[in-house]
Amino acid sequence: MHNFDFAKPSTIADAARALAAEGAQALSGGQTLIPTMKQRLAAPSVLVSLTGIKEMQGVCLGEGGLHVGAATPHAVVAKEARAHYPALADLAGGIGDPSVRSRGTIGGSIANNDPAACYPSAVLASGATVVTNKRRIAADDYFQGLFTTALEAGEIVTSVIFPIPQKAAYVKFNQPASRFALTGVFVAKFASGVRVAVTGAGNDGVFRWAEAERALSADFSASALSGLSVDPAGMNSDLHGSAEYRANLVKVLTGRAVTAAG
Amino acid sequence: MPKDHGIGASSKRREDVRFLTGRGVYTDDMALHGQTYAVFVRSTVAHGRIKSIKTANAAGMPGVLAVFTGEDFKDVGGNPAGWLINSRDGTPMREPKRPVLAYSKVRHVGDAYAAVVAETYAQARDAAEQLAADSEIEELPAIIDMKAAVADPSNRVHDEIPDNLCFDWGWIEDNRAAVDAAMKAAPHVVTLELVNNRLVPNAMEPRASIGEYNPGTGDYKLTTTSQNPHLTRLLVAAFVLGIPENKLQVVAPDVGGGFGSKIYHYGEEALVLAAAKKLGRPVRWTAERSESFLTDAHGRDHVTKIELGCTKDGQILAIRTETLANVGAYLSNFSTATPTFLHGTLMAGPYKVPHVYVNVKTVFTNTAPVDAYRGAGRPEATYSLERVIDKMCRELNLDPFEVRRKNLLTPDQFPYTTPVGLVYDTGNYQATLDRVMAMADVAGFEKRAAESKKRGKLRGMGLSTWIEACGIAPSHLVGVLGSRVGLYDAATVRVNATGNISVMTGAHSHGQGHETVFAQIVAEKLGIPESSVEIVHGDTAKIPFGMGSYGSRSLAVCGTAMAKAVDKIIAKGKKIAAHMLEASEGDITFENGKFQVAGTDKAKTFGEIAFSAYVPHNYPLETLEPGLEETAFYDPANFTYPAGAYICEVEVDEGTGKVDVVAFHCADDFGNVMNPMIVEGQVHGGVGQGIGQALCEFTAYDETGQLLTGSYMDYPMPRAEDVPFYNVDYSCQTPCTHNPLGVKGCGEAGAIGSPPAVVNAVIDALHRGGHTHVTHIDMPVSPSRVWSAING
Ligand SMILES: Cc1cc2nc3c(=O)[nH]c(=O)nc-3n(C[C@H](O)[C@H](O)[C@H](O)COP(=O)(O)OP(=O)(O)OC[C@H]3O[C@@H](n4cnc5c(N)ncnc54)[C@H](O)[C@@H]3O)c2cc1C
Repeated sequence: MHNFDFAKPSTIADAARALAAEGAQALSGGQTLIPTMKQRLAAPSVLVSLTGIKEMQGVCLGEGGLHVGAATPHAVVAKEARAHYPALADLAGGIGDPSVRSRGTIGGSIANNDPAACYPSAVLASGATVVTNKRRIAADDYFQGLFTTALEAGEIVTSVIFPIPQKAAYVKFNQPASRFALTGVFVAKFASGVRVAVTGAGNDGVFRWAEAERALSADFSASALSGLSVDPAGMNSDLHGSAEYRANLVKVLTGRAVTAAG
Repeated sequence: MPKDHGIGASSKRREDVRFLTGRGVYTDDMALHGQTYAVFVRSTVAHGRIKSIKTANAAGMPGVLAVFTGEDFKDVGGNPAGWLINSRDGTPMREPKRPVLAYSKVRHVGDAYAAVVAETYAQARDAAEQLAADSEIEELPAIIDMKAAVADPSNRVHDEIPDNLCFDWGWIEDNRAAVDAAMKAAPHVVTLELVNNRLVPNAMEPRASIGEYNPGTGDYKLTTTSQNPHLTRLLVAAFVLGIPENKLQVVAPDVGGGFGSKIYHYGEEALVLAAAKKLGRPVRWTAERSESFLTDAHGRDHVTKIELGCTKDGQILAIRTETLANVGAYLSNFSTATPTFLHGTLMAGPYKVPHVYVNVKTVFTNTAPVDAYRGAGRPEATYSLERVIDKMCRELNLDPFEVRRKNLLTPDQFPYTTPVGLVYDTGNYQATLDRVMAMADVAGFEKRAAESKKRGKLRGMGLSTWIEACGIAPSHLVGVLGSRVGLYDAATVRVNATGNISVMTGAHSHGQGHETVFAQIVAEKLGIPESSVEIVHGDTAKIPFGMGSYGSRSLAVCGTAMAKAVDKIIAKGKKIAAHMLEASEGDITFENGKFQVAGTDKAKTFGEIAFSAYVPHNYPLETLEPGLEETAFYDPANFTYPAGAYICEVEVDEGTGKVDVVAFHCADDFGNVMNPMIVEGQVHGGVGQGIGQALCEFTAYDETGQLLTGSYMDYPMPRAEDVPFYNVDYSCQTPCTHNPLGVKGCGEAGAIGSPPAVVNAVIDALHRGGHTHVTHIDMPVSPSRVWSAING
């Protein structure tokens, strides 16, 4: 790790100012950024911690659904979202291990947009709104491929607003080493229709499986998927699974998520 | 009532008090006055010619004290291979020099070719980055695949070795023709090609070394993560740096796991010593986890074709194997013994097989060196055998339990000379098979399978009956086989003046629990409390010349040395007692800590005798030296042969290919058991590693030699959720016939016996599910491989 300066502002405005400095970078739970710095793959000159900003913490019901502060650790979401949005709480409770969950945050996760991360699937399947210090971004516009988002330099995710579905479930199949999602599927059934978001599998990051959404909107049962198949051409392939294997997982896990959603 | 003290008691591990409360002292915990930090510059290419290394920039950076390159060590001796193996044609193996720092060529990603020593770690690291930038290395085509390595003489890991072959070994070469003939004549031949997957050892504590030099005395000290400090001293002193052994102290303090990887001497140890001498200050280095992945000696990595000739009813007639074994870029110290004498000699298994022939070609590649890893050669042999027998059962529609029973040696056949050069002294393989079948409720399997099916899972059961040779090793035998060292061990028992005891042993405990078990043995023999016995290990300045811990040898070899030293103490005690009690020596008995004149109540306690030995006022000084301290060296007459039978039950999820181990039963014969709790722990750990190998772990290099599984993001380690609650039994005991404790060793058993049980269970599950086209899946039997096999 190289040397850096450290700032811990208590307001979003101060954080935004601090982030305007040359070489400044936001630090939330540090579960991605700190290991990267230790390996000397990143060397920000100023780290601006977001965890001291009160308005970015916590889970509460509000306009448009469940508001989750961007600096809320996974463990807190796992606990506090349970009564309102159990599938989201399940997802948060299945990320990493206890120490990762007590530090890592939703804002850090979706800002990073790791193609194997869990949260992006919940955000996309819920049709959530990503709130930043500058604007509101619809989930469908927010995720833009591997480690790429609609965020501009220095822009801070402050919260995420999740519309609450009638039924939902997240089913994650662990990558055997990292235990991130080799493939994870989030299914959310709203009055207006079903949304299915897939993480870990696509070669361009999290995506919606439109055919499944159509089929499940008509008939919310695992058997509704039986005639469908996923094209391996759009799937990622690596040491832990071929594109064909991932395509199979997308289908199998979607069916299991529908069953789990009940 | 189970014993609560001494031999056979489940005494709690005394070392755990410090380990669990953070009071262990590991190499990296030691802070030394004036210490400096070494950082190594490691090759980022698998194969390259070093064109130039410009050291000036790095040397001038803040805090930098010294810069080293391969040039600095080009004239010192190389790190040798411990075993000389001859090829089938009688020619000796090719033995390229393994330098302290790579010189002229780099041969694997992670190969250190330079080092920087600085005042702080950060300064050393900055300078090492500069040095890397100032080094010109011409990348050469990497040699990764073993078959290609042997086939292409133009591309060479070592320029002087044209076919990248270290040796081509036949065991036993004289039997080759007879085995071929038996195979030809066999009514049925089963053939299986398989890969024994390459593993990264992943000890919890990374390697670490501190070098010190005292210019006032000329003494060196190396504190290092070693399983065998004396062996390391011998290698550094006599072979690599040419320091006289009496001027080098090697200390292996608390060591957080080794699994084989810390047997060997590595270049970093030599570098910190040489640098300490140059600077007159302590020089320290601790591997980062990435360095561990790249440079710890890896394990396994065999590609094998095994053929088994048999009758139609499953009597095994002949076994023949051809193996390519990867040794990586350099010969690590045991790398030539592992695929040969720890592998080929076990290829008859616990069976009566008249004809066995093993061929092993060891191949240099541009990958990290490969050497012994928990089990070392024996897991590879067991896996090949138990998989091919399972395949035979499927091809001939035979019951795997009955086939094992039919072929297992029977108790009346011992001692049994195998066709691959070993003499099994004792065993009862039927007994462990019966035991494990009862434990696993084999009869109830169908019911369990039906229940699994209701939950959408395919259930399968796999068996493995295994044997190993440990208690390494009889020196005369290994000498004939090419070992360049003896493999005895030693212990000194020092009775202190007030009757408590310090035992100095050659074995090194890095997780095994020696401090507890050895104390139990000494306490039992002397009739004193365990708490009066201290076990001292890991420091060449304190302990006698012993060979360390690996190959499940500590108890069988070093424990025996200790028992013999205690016997000498008792013998001397009897002499002292005879004098004090005015009796003849032959009339003195020793029991429960008391020397007694037989048939009388005249007695002296052990403490009184000890005191008299050190305060010899009433003592036969004319005929007996004062003091009570004895050393024994013990060279085993034979290997020991633990054996057992394992049953694994798995559930397979057809949709995802995921395998869950739902039950694992072990019936082992370890001979006499000194501490049941510790034995169970060793079996748990071994089986855990075996399940890891079978289901999770693999080491992938791409075709350019980059390690793709170089961190825990991609190297799958087994976790608690991947293993079941083990059902472990060691009640079948045929005591070893040639050591006084009757012990055999249990450290590697689990890792040896379990992988084939797991894979056999997976194949069984798939067959029961109708996927009968699947005859084999290479390890790790990962979800994607199982799914591909089902759908392939
Ligand atoms: C061992 C381990 C296991 C894990 N397993 C999983 C898993 O199973 N599933 C999963 O989904 N994830 C997993 N993770 C990732 C973890 O969940 C974190 O969510 C993730 O690392 C990022 O969150 P963070 O708060 O730690 O962000 P940080 O590491 O602090 O930051 C990550 C990036 O986001 C930026 N950033 C942070 N917050 C904001 C913000 N509010 N606005 C704008 N930019 C911001 C930072 O500048 C940085 O570039 C794992 C991590 C580890 C270490």
